Amino acid sequence: MLYREAGQFKSSYAQDQQIFPIRQDRVAIALLLVLAFVVVPLIGNQYWLGALITPFLIFALAALGLNILTGYAGQLSLGTAAFMAVGAFMAYNFVLRMPWLGVIPSFILAGLCAAAVGIVFGLPSLRIKGFYLAVATLACQFFVLWMLQRVGWFTNNSTSGVVTAQQIVIFGVPFDTPARKYLFTLTVVAVMALLAKNLMRSETGRAFMAVRDMDVAASVIGIPMMKTKLLAFAISSFYCGVAGALHAFCYLGTVEPEAYSLDLSFRILFMIIIGGVGSILGAFLGSAFITLFPIFLNLVSGAISHATGFEISHAVISNLELIIFGGLIVFFLIVEPAGLARLWQIAKEKLRLWPFPH
Amino acid sequence: MPIEVIFFIEVLAGGLLAGVMYALVALGFVLIYKASGVFNFAQGAMVFFAALTFVSLVERGWNFWLALVVTLAVMVVLGLVTERVVLRPLVNQPQITLFMATIGLTFVLEGLSQLIWGSQPHGLELGIPDVPMEWLSQRWNINISQFDLFAAFVAGLLVAVLAVFFQKTRIGRALRAVADDHQAALAVGIPLQHIWAIVWAVAGFVALVAGLMWGVRNGVQFALTFVALKALPVLLIGGFESIPGAIIGGLIIGATEKLAEVYVGPFFGGGIESWFAYVVALLFLLVRPEGLFGEKHIDRV
Repeated sequence: MLYREAGQFKSSYAQDQQIFPIRQDRVAIALLLVLAFVVVPLIGNQYWLGALITPFLIFALAALGLNILTGYAGQLSLGTAAFMAVGAFMAYNFVLRMPWLGVIPSFILAGLCAAAVGIVFGLPSLRIKGFYLAVATLACQFFVLWMLQRVGWFTNNSTSGVVTAQQIVIFGVPFDTPARKYLFTLTVVAVMALLAKNLMRSETGRAFMAVRDMDVAASVIGIPMMKTKLLAFAISSFYCGVAGALHAFCYLGTVEPEAYSLDLSFRILFMIIIGGVGSILGAFLGSAFITLFPIFLNLVSGAISHATGFEISHAVISNLELIIFGGLIVFFLIVEPAGLARLWQIAKEKLRLWPFPH
Repeated sequence: MPIEVIFFIEVLAGGLLAGVMYALVALGFVLIYKASGVFNFAQGAMVFFAALTFVSLVERGWNFWLALVVTLAVMVVLGLVTERVVLRPLVNQPQITLFMATIGLTFVLEGLSQLIWGSQPHGLELGIPDVPMEWLSQRWNINISQFDLFAAFVAGLLVAVLAVFFQKTRIGRALRAVADDHQAALAVGIPLQHIWAIVWAVAGFVALVAGLMWGVRNGVQFALTFVALKALPVLLIGGFESIPGAIIGGLIIGATEKLAEVYVGPFFGGGIESWFAYVVALLFLLVRPEGLFGEKHIDRV
């Protein structure tokens, strides 16, 4: 009853083609946006906004980028963190060297630089597939990080290799507090998520999915392989690049190569697997899970040692966390290989009938 | 001989022998990929786990051979448990899901080994000193480590044994059948679960050998898990499904990497070994997309 599309008639093409064709979806999205833009900044404290929700949004954006490439276009990539690094460093350099440009154009240009790098390292995808491609994207990961560390221009010849990200100022308004950084991040993520949602029902998005399902068949029916695959790499890297810039400017406050290690690439891959491959919602759910879960584990282990008075050493806790984290990933893959987004689908199907049994 | 030539030979030999070490790790990947189509990212963690277990037992005063046998038993049990707990519920899932599951397994193994044995680095001795061969350095003035030659010999032996195992034994033939087509293998009555258990146990054995060799070379420490990353370009060149490919790929990667480090590295300001092997592999793939010995896949629409 609650989630029924029956009786919602479309009387114009514009209505038929909207991004969210079902009224309940539109209401839910609007409520969610109001909640995120108004309620969360009001009730959230510094720690929640700065250390939990902002990174959640940033990683969700990166996961969205990877999901476009891996989930929709079917090209497995392990170089996500490298694209983020390119975005972060180029955003830093654009703001530093062309201050008249403004922050948002700098971020867009940084994303475009990441897209260019993505196209270069996406070229092997025309010849190789699957795990061969995944390992080949590792080349990108290592090469890009090496270059960022080696070439002084990127860090403005800083001796430590770690530079402080500039403050974001838009039209004279400084984005300095966690709440303002959160709002800036949220705006970027919301706009880009909407664009991604829109892209995936367009001709381009459908071409991606055709390539994912079977690239030979897709090329037989006339989808240009080179253009589609490279476009997937470009768009995905653009998203990752912007996410990287946000990561440096709104979360870390510094730009450093160490933040974009292979570990981060894997974490983002986890996000889309646990959230749901080939789903925009999944990127957000996966990011929430992966970002919040270690903190939750930390709280639990703290509470246990507090309650029992039994002091657990830090090394034991971190190792236990590693084991539980790994175990949960395996567990999730076994019980719900399609990810958390699939649970939402099931919930929607149930809500369609509820409270009636048939 | 002129000093440049001697130096070149030393670098080349060092590279080739280092390549053999990479190949040892790559072998573990190939075994599992061949038999189950799983890209086992946990191989590096298995190498670490095996080496750490062995060295901890030896340090607690166990006899060398006893420790070896017990570690081997632990690795076999680990393989069986992995098959039962992780792989069996994931039969028929897409490859990427299985791959992710092995990354989860990596975390579990890394946490488990450090939880049990602690995280301090250990030294490891196998009784073969890591010193230059005497007659070579006296006769030709070329320095090649005795231990490297021993590692190469072990790797060669391992490959020979595995090749015979795969080509000649009943189980080996079953393994190849499973690798070729799961469903067809099931249809002719090959027990898939047994085969996977066996192959994971064998991979555990290979991980133990690789762990011992790398443990002597670099010490048994957490960084051992990263040798897996060194083995991946080897896989790209050799092909994911080929045991000889792992060795040949290892030799190519080892040699080019060392030569590049010495002769090309200075132009880039050093540190190129972190990515050079990958770029070599990438260029190689542009010519041969399935590696040297990988199976050529024909796509049907």
